[in-house]
Amino acid sequence: METETGGGGSWFSRSRTVARPGYSRWMVPPAALCVHLCIGQAYAYSVFNLPMTKLIGITESAPDDWKLTELGWIFSLAIFFLGVSSAVFGRWVEEGGPRKAMFTAALCWAGGFLISAFGVYIHNLWVIYLGYGVLGGIALGIGYISPVSTLIKWFPDRPGMATGMAIMGFGGGAFIASPLSVWLMKKFTTETHIGVMETFVILGVVYFAFMVVGSIIVRVPAPGWKPEGYVEPVQSTKLITRNDVFVYDALKTPQFWLIWWVLCLNVTAGIGVLGQASAMSQEMFPGLITPVAAAGLVGLMSLFNMGGRFAWASTSDFIGRKNTYFVFMVLGFILYCLVPYTGAVGSIAGFVLCFCIIISMYGGGFATVPAYLRDMFGTRYVGAIHGLLLTAWSAAGIFGPVLVNYIREYNVNHGVPKAEAYNTTMYIMAGLLVIGFICNFFVKAVDKRYHMKKETEADTALATAARSARA
Amino acid sequence: MNEVNQNPTTPLQLLLAWGFVGIPLIWGVFQTLLNALQLFQ
Repeated sequence: METETGGGGSWFSRSRTVARPGYSRWMVPPAALCVHLCIGQAYAYSVFNLPMTKLIGITESAPDDWKLTELGWIFSLAIFFLGVSSAVFGRWVEEGGPRKAMFTAALCWAGGFLISAFGVYIHNLWVIYLGYGVLGGIALGIGYISPVSTLIKWFPDRPGMATGMAIMGFGGGAFIASPLSVWLMKKFTTETHIGVMETFVILGVVYFAFMVVGSIIVRVPAPGWKPEGYVEPVQSTKLITRNDVFVYDALKTPQFWLIWWVLCLNVTAGIGVLGQASAMSQEMFPGLITPVAAAGLVGLMSLFNMGGRFAWASTSDFIGRKNTYFVFMVLGFILYCLVPYTGAVGSIAGFVLCFCIIISMYGGGFATVPAYLRDMFGTRYVGAIHGLLLTAWSAAGIFGPVLVNYIREYNVNHGVPKAEAYNTTMYIMAGLLVIGFICNFFVKAVDKRYHMKKETEADTALATAARSARA
Repeated sequence: MNEVNQNPTTPLQLLLAWGFVGIPLIWGVFQTLLNALQLFQ
């Protein structure tokens, strides 16, 4: 395997990651997956919550043990810093190249676990907030966007499929992390000790090694490289530009904010049911869906969440990005309206089917958006623009669960039977998708005045990257 | 000179790279699938 490429600069610099002739672009998706499968662990963080409430009491929570509400902040902080770091470091990731970004993400991710392990050791929750919450969150942001623009450049013919593959890894990371963490904790737990600290240390080391492999094998295509047989369209089509928009200029366009709302609303609708699926299914079908079956439903939904990322993003290469989001909004609207009906007629199969399709579109929304941005703003700064857009995820992370929880509570407090308490929420989610549909409808091509002048600004950006590589 | 600069990716390298990420992912999917089956029991 090649480890060296031409050009000056340190091993981390973009110039040292330029692929030699003969390098297969199919090496890049596994490199991206090395990072996304690791940071996808975030979705499985909840497996630590219960054991961490019993670190002192061991069999049950002692007065000095951490409360579940206090522990919930760890994940919330991580998602908040995901949004912040992807927005703040997006341009640096884009100009510094994927290797530097992946390696930095590996250091932060592993560092977050090791600091958290220390926090468990000295039983100080603030250290864990700092470790997993802040440092881990920064790793999530940098790691999430690090391979996006590289994949889009390698697969100009199938950008949706390429980014779908990587972002599918983020959904799949929890599948590995969840059973692995449970197994490790079991291994290190004794009668007087719960093995959370050891599990954090091992996960940190393993994830670091895995992510470093990704940073070793990743390459960027040489300038002017095109896949064999690929003919680039001579002119921009209506919704696919051949021009680039500078990262901060993208913020001035209505297109960025329309897509921001499309993503935010799609994620709000999905995240609201994702977190509540277990409780919701048991309350809507009392006696029919047991806690064990509900856990099965959550597992099934995560499979659809992961599969939807690849399937919908790949489909968008054929039907177009805007049409894909129209499908999410229209089909989502119908399904959300159908959920109360499935409850009323007692159709578990209908309920499960609705939820699985809804969740596949939730994942599909994440995976399709980088290609949507590429179509609108070009490939040059797509990673950085994607980073800015991920703030929509952070916002949705707050809106979604709050909407579902508070509306349910309000309904229950006002005498609505538990089985029907979610109906209003479902209709509100359907309403959100109508707004998303309208936002998507207004997405048009970006005005020419925002396009970069190819020979000047792009060169300046490359010169900046070269200077930073020499430094 | 061109020959020196070329370093084509071999099928073995592709297999190793995909296996490195694919095997853990398939294992994880399998575990989740087992869990999901509880819904139908």
